[in-house]
Amino acid sequence: MAYAQTIEQIRERIAEHKRWDLVFAIVGVLSLIIGVLTFVALFLNMALEGVPRLSLDFFSNFPSRRPGQAGILSAWVGSMLVMLVTAVVAVPLGVGAGIYLEEYAPKNIVTDIIEINITNLAGVPSIVYGLLALGLFVYQFGFGQSILSAGLTLALLILPVVIVATRESIRSIPIGIREGAYALGATKWQVSKDHIIPYSMAGILTGVIIGMSRAIGETAPIITIGALTFIAFLPPAPFSAEPPYVSFEWLTSPFTVMPIQMFNWTSRPEAAFQVNAAAAGFVLVLMTLAMNGLAIYIRYRLRKNLKW
Amino acid sequence: MSAVASSVPSLLPGGANSKRLERRLTRHIKERVIESVLFLAALVSVLTTVGIMYVLIKESVVFFQHVSIVDFLTDTQWTPLFDDAHFGIMVLLSGTLTSSLVALAIAIPLGTIIAIYLSEFAPFVVREVAKPFLELLGGIPTIVYGYFALLFVSPILQTLIPGLPGFSLLAAGIVMGIMIIPYVSSIAEDAMRAVPMHLREGSYAMGATRFQTAIKVVVPAAFSGIASAYILGISRAVGETMILAVAAGMQPNLTFNPLEPAATITAYIVQVALGDLPHGSIGYQTIFAAGLTLMLLTLVFNILGHMLRKKFREAY
Repeated sequence: MAYAQTIEQIRERIAEHKRWDLVFAIVGVLSLIIGVLTFVALFLNMALEGVPRLSLDFFSNFPSRRPGQAGILSAWVGSMLVMLVTAVVAVPLGVGAGIYLEEYAPKNIVTDIIEINITNLAGVPSIVYGLLALGLFVYQFGFGQSILSAGLTLALLILPVVIVATRESIRSIPIGIREGAYALGATKWQVSKDHIIPYSMAGILTGVIIGMSRAIGETAPIITIGALTFIAFLPPAPFSAEPPYVSFEWLTSPFTVMPIQMFNWTSRPEAAFQVNAAAAGFVLVLMTLAMNGLAIYIRYRLRKNLKW
Repeated sequence: MSAVASSVPSLLPGGANSKRLERRLTRHIKERVIESVLFLAALVSVLTTVGIMYVLIKESVVFFQHVSIVDFLTDTQWTPLFDDAHFGIMVLLSGTLTSSLVALAIAIPLGTIIAIYLSEFAPFVVREVAKPFLELLGGIPTIVYGYFALLFVSPILQTLIPGLPGFSLLAAGIVMGIMIIPYVSSIAEDAMRAVPMHLREGSYAMGATRFQTAIKVVVPAAFSGIASAYILGISRAVGETMILAVAAGMQPNLTFNPLEPAATITAYIVQVALGDLPHGSIGYQTIFAAGLTLMLLTLVFNILGHMLRKKFREAY
């Protein structure tokens, strides 16, 4: 490498390196813009195609052979019920596992195995969870191609998300809080229940919302367990006017969900169905955006307000 | 536990003392029960892995009793549902690898550049706006990306590349690449931000520019974390399903040409699941054999990533 001799040469070399700075900054901004533009194109594409199709009928009609009358009633009801099962299963399990690993777990090989396992599970393709559910829930346990199977599958899928969020949130609580409580004679569970869980609530909530927003858009595992794509009825209502008032029959009902309805319409050749797909996709994107936005907002508020 | 519970009160009969002891004992038992319940919750994740391996291996074993492993790995046709059945996984694997390569050719460079830019160059405001935005991009359901690939990106590509079919690995791969960018960039950026400030300051003090510092100091120091980001990106690409099922076509096709349509391992599983295959038939077992292949593929990448991380780990 030749060394610069005169001041001019040195200045030129510095200017050259600074130019590279500028070039890279521009490349960086351009790369970001590619991401932003894709998002904008995707959103506008869905909105322009789909929004004219959105009406009250679209939400209150069953799918139909005639694209103009088809709606997403069974799809959104199915999505809501599946999400309900997912939340009921994933939240206690995920939060419980997070508390165990942070507050209770001894340092031993079992704990190591659990931790490595959770890391690895986060990288398992979602369709593999579908195969697990097909072999285990649908056939081995005999739950069938039901809302229960789908909810359990998605619960297992988002479990790592909830666990990791819970652990991170718990880890940010200063050790002094725990020591103060223990010094007053509290037991481990009292510390966890009265201090750890309330203080980490916002972080846990963020994780749960992000997990649920992932679950609501998941298509592959639910197709794999054999959800039908054409459902023109609703699952039995969970509540009724006569005793016993509450029924769990809906758990074993066949179902469809929003992303599967959208997949079905997308893969049809007729353009009119693809318009329906755009409308369903727009609703789906709005739902996930709203959930993610809520999570980001909670985290932002949390970071602003929390000073230990 | 129950032996202790019955013997302790009898040692100290009567009086307030034994009541207190009893209360402490029930409290102790309650604590232990809660701890066990929490432990079981943590154990569910291990059971999930065990369950996955059990289901995949159980069905695959039956499958490999019908089809020899040599045929499975070397046959150049994949026609499991035809009368003249062939089970050459290479056909599906070629689709998976080709589409993943297209996706990674987009996600790795762009993800790395964005990570370096956000970590080393971007002003505070840009970073605060860009990060949530990228997160939103990563949170969009993949079926929506599939729709986008088939009905927006594919027509545009067809005008650019005459003769491109409506379904192609290229269109699906490109959209998949953009979908993966946020995963790569956010983990890579976290790794770079974890590089201690004094390394950068040392570099600046020697007269290096931002770009030189980023490339020659920060990136090498953070490389083990960046490698994890790449590995995660690869796992995502290999396991992605809906974009490929929608936009890459579902015909098995032994090709490494991204301009052709082809089925991937994941798309095949979806295709079979959409049909009405009886439980226990050979067609039913093929999806588990395909799933096992997919699992092993991601496992190989994860082990590779682990080795990379170990090799490049920097201690400060």
